[in-house]
Amino acid sequence: MEKKLKIVGFLCNWCSYAGADLAGISRYQYPANIRIIRVPCSGRVNPLLILKCFQEGADGVLVSGCHPGECHYKEGNYYARRRMLMFKNLLDYFGIDKRRFNMSWVSASEGAKWADIVKKVVEDVMAASQEKTDL
Amino acid sequence: MDRRILVIGGGISGVQAGLDLAQMGIQVTLVEEKPNIGGRMAQLDKTFPTNDCSTCILSPKLVELASHSNVDIFTCSSIEDVVKLDERFQARIRKRARFVDEEKCTACGVCAEKCPVKVSDLFNKSITTSKCISIPYAQAVPAVYKIDKEYCLYLTNGKCGICKKVCPADAIDYEQKDTIEAMDFNSIIIATGTEEFTPQIRPEYGYKVYENVLTSIEYERFLSASGPTNGQIVRPSDGKLPSQIAFIQCVGSRDVASGNYGYCSSYCCMQATKDAIITKEHNLTIDSTIFYIDIRAYGKDFDKFVDRAKTEYGVKYIKSRISEILEAPDTKNLIIKYITPDGKIRIEEFDLVILSVGIRIPDKSKNLLRGLGVELDEYGFCRCSTFQPGETNVDGVYVCGTVTGPMDIPEAVVSAGAAASLAARGLLSPDTSSEIMAEKPGEVDTEAKPLNIGVIVCHCGTNIASVVDVPSVVEFSRSLPNVKFAHELLYACSQDSIRLIINKIKEHDLNRIVVASCSPRTHESTFQSGLEKAGLNKYLLQMTNIRDQCSWVHQNTPELATQKAKDLVRMAVGKSRYLEPLYELYSDVNKACLVIGGGIAGMTAALFVADNGYQVYLIEKESELGGNLLKISYLLPEEDIVLALQRLIRRIEEHPLIELFLNANIKDIKGYVGNFTTNFTTNDEEKSAEHGTVIVATGAREHETESYGYKTDPYVVTQREFETVLKNKNPLMKYVNSIAMIQCVDSREGERNYCSRVCCGQAIKNILQLKKDYPDKDVYVLYRDMRTYGLREPYYAVAREAGALFLRYEKDRKPVVEKIEQGNFKIKLFNEILGKDIYLPVQLIVLSVGIDSLETNGQVAKMLKVPLNEDGFFNEAHVKLRPVDFSTSGVFVCGMAHGPKHIDESIVQAIATAAHALTIVTRDKISSEAYTASVDESRCSGCGLCVEVCVFGAIEIDEESERAGVNTLLCKGCGTCVAACFSSAIDLRGFTNKQIINEFQELFL
Ligand code: FES
Repeated sequence: MEKKLKIVGFLCNWCSYAGADLAGISRYQYPANIRIIRVPCSGRVNPLLILKCFQEGADGVLVSGCHPGECHYKEGNYYARRRMLMFKNLLDYFGIDKRRFNMSWVSASEGAKWADIVKKVVEDVMAASQEKTDL
Repeated sequence: MDRRILVIGGGISGVQAGLDLAQMGIQVTLVEEKPNIGGRMAQLDKTFPTNDCSTCILSPKLVELASHSNVDIFTCSSIEDVVKLDERFQARIRKRARFVDEEKCTACGVCAEKCPVKVSDLFNKSITTSKCISIPYAQAVPAVYKIDKEYCLYLTNGKCGICKKVCPADAIDYEQKDTIEAMDFNSIIIATGTEEFTPQIRPEYGYKVYENVLTSIEYERFLSASGPTNGQIVRPSDGKLPSQIAFIQCVGSRDVASGNYGYCSSYCCMQATKDAIITKEHNLTIDSTIFYIDIRAYGKDFDKFVDRAKTEYGVKYIKSRISEILEAPDTKNLIIKYITPDGKIRIEEFDLVILSVGIRIPDKSKNLLRGLGVELDEYGFCRCSTFQPGETNVDGVYVCGTVTGPMDIPEAVVSAGAAASLAARGLLSPDTSSEIMAEKPGEVDTEAKPLNIGVIVCHCGTNIASVVDVPSVVEFSRSLPNVKFAHELLYACSQDSIRLIINKIKEHDLNRIVVASCSPRTHESTFQSGLEKAGLNKYLLQMTNIRDQCSWVHQNTPELATQKAKDLVRMAVGKSRYLEPLYELYSDVNKACLVIGGGIAGMTAALFVADNGYQVYLIEKESELGGNLLKISYLLPEEDIVLALQRLIRRIEEHPLIELFLNANIKDIKGYVGNFTTNFTTNDEEKSAEHGTVIVATGAREHETESYGYKTDPYVVTQREFETVLKNKNPLMKYVNSIAMIQCVDSREGERNYCSRVCCGQAIKNILQLKKDYPDKDVYVLYRDMRTYGLREPYYAVAREAGALFLRYEKDRKPVVEKIEQGNFKIKLFNEILGKDIYLPVQLIVLSVGIDSLETNGQVAKMLKVPLNEDGFFNEAHVKLRPVDFSTSGVFVCGMAHGPKHIDESIVQAIATAAHALTIVTRDKISSEAYTASVDESRCSGCGLCVEVCVFGAIEIDEESERAGVNTLLCKGCGTCVAACFSSAIDLRGFTNKQIINEFQELFL
């Protein structure tokens, strides 16, 4: 089961994508379920894209950007944060388990944190999908 | 003739100077001793006062510099000697052998993995070890390994040779020799920086004796997520989490008594505050105490940062100079005995102590500077005069960064811009454009053609191929619709591979290229240029990262990694089907510059732009030039300010390229970078000017106070007024025997919760003048923290020696002035040591009232679409690395409009803005980003949500059509507007909804 989970990660180019690169350079190991899509800024990601992702069959979605206040475009991640919080609260209404959606802040120097986040996200999504199959 | 400038030193100031020059179209040779550029900033975890991650903001700059076509970087290099021949410098540069070929090394790291020799890791301050062949840190630029020849087994006794055997790129070269290259330069910028004090100069602190005493920079490495402990805070003695940390300030600095250095190192108070905050963020159970002499939070928004440390993070600040640290032998805890401000002795135990070490000029740099004939001050700094910051006594040799005195990162960046401006003088002219456009062969029109996708899968030596089954990925790629060609390469980025890709594009008529390899952040441009050479638009490339984000992180699950690599390739192929050719938009640049404000900053900026041959329109709202400087009579250190100002004004008035408008009022500013139009009135006459850039130098003004009886008593004056009293030898001084100066009036609290930065220096300046003219008069300074930072500190010592008495007060226990009669006061002040009130009889009260921002800033900000901070000063694009730019391109800020500052600081900033304005006006055309937003007018409802979220002021609602329109030249391509749009009317080129959706849809087919 765990092996088949497919999680889509939208990562901003400047911090999180760089952090994921650093995880590689430092050889931090994490589960292979995540598929990263590079976007310029977390502010680029609109809820509709994420919804579409779930519709198409994603088991989980992760949006990751620079830490608040550190966005390469100044405020993109603030907008992202606001939108994603709202969006997360709506997921229940769509019948999507909240645990399948995550948002994180990872900087270019946080390779280890990136690896930890992926592990955590995989666990969360795993838990959510197991419950679903139990039903 | 070749226009080339030598920059010595690759820390942040050297890097910035190099970038500024390169962008003006000047060739730059940057020489750095260490194997990589970035200097001390690369070692920091975060930066104050925003706690931005240091690497995140620095790395892009380093990459930009290293990849700039006008820049040559020499690492592991030093200057042998320099001779001046007819206005040009001839320098010989020694490049020490790395024993690794810079061209070939791909930084895969196999060598270090296999190298049997461990050496101490200097980048991590020897907290850990690294291998004998190493790279200082993962993102180092250049990303090339180096062998430490002292410890290498092969180089010392001919045994081993493992790295050569395992290097898949054949980059190891044991035969490499030092080389010496002679080059010619127009001028030289020295940015050699400083080193930290070795804390052994204060042996009583037990550094290197007690295990749990660290320096601030060592602690930064502990905090860093990519540091030796992965960001874990641990005690060196037992690896345990500390619970009580003490920071001890001014180690080495402000310390004439123990024979050390008399200056203040400027940044350490803020660094300790930042580290204490980050510590708390790492672990809520750790408490920090900072032992300080004065908290010098003099910069913009610094006081607010310290306030947050106190209130939100519970950081304790104790004013006390620590005389000794003892170690508890059993626990290795540290015992600090200190005297509290109320005179009591206290003993406290800490489990970790951080010494805030200051900075000094290393002997090596002193020798280099002296060798060039540059004069140094008693500490070895190349101290510049107030009106000529960045200049040395040697023509053509300029300085920037901490070599001129202690400063923080933004000040170093500003001084670098100024040095670039100075060094470029005489090398620019409006007739020679800086644009060096590489020839592009005629691009193939791909629009009507059927999709022909080529897929390249890279082995990256063994980096990818040892985990991912590359042949099966290639096989899989071939099965995907529209893929006409798929191929694997050992190193896709090598010269011959790129050639092969170019040939295959032509052979198979490929019009989309997918490269599955390493990170686009480092290698996209390499492959893009390959596409260009093959006549394809470079944006028809899609990379996917199967190394850093696949093989390297799933080493133990090769099957899953291979499956993921296949998925990633198919996703990239999916997106590539919808890629479109993109083009940067070019627009003509108007070569004039508008400067708003005729104070010292505005005048300086105007002159530097005009001296380089570009037209300037200088707008001043008053009837004369000079601004605040007109009211200042003395300077610290002593210089003739009146003469300097007169000279400056005369030069402005006589300059053929400066058109001056007095009594001027701006009505509106329209346009964007390269093409502004400003309408204004001058002496009630309507005028209009066209220009390509704007420099905002509107200044600030002295605060008007009503506190302490000012306005009701002529014997209560401001520091500025007191300066005039002294200058005019005002007879009122006859009746005055003792004077009280009250610092921080109406400042650092409530509405004006910021430090005005200049007042402490102003007070010291006036005391020194007073004591010169009236040695018998007493003066008391009632202060909260004396903020005579940097090289101003020694003057504070002189003032104390001259007999001025400094008495501290707390914010909530302000001095109380009782007026007995006019010119006769009794000041009540609580004295902490005595624990009771004392009374000072004085005849004159001098108030340090500080600086206010101008009310009119709001209007200017609106017209230019730039932001103000909460105190009404203009907010720069980035506090650390873009201190004189706005997010809006082509608009710059300098002087007190940006925040309170000293005259020399305003001048440096002004020269730096001139440099940045020059990077624009020296071009014939400016280009936009390729990834920009565009509006589908048929869907746009004109709601304006996108306008609101755009911080670059790039979107406007057209008044006529009532639809949003994007100014491509201002758009930076973040895509926030796309996500904000309810009507899906905006999309981002290169990251369109369709492209992204097709990218992930592939996953679920
Ligand atoms: S660039 Fe990283 S969140 Fe905006």
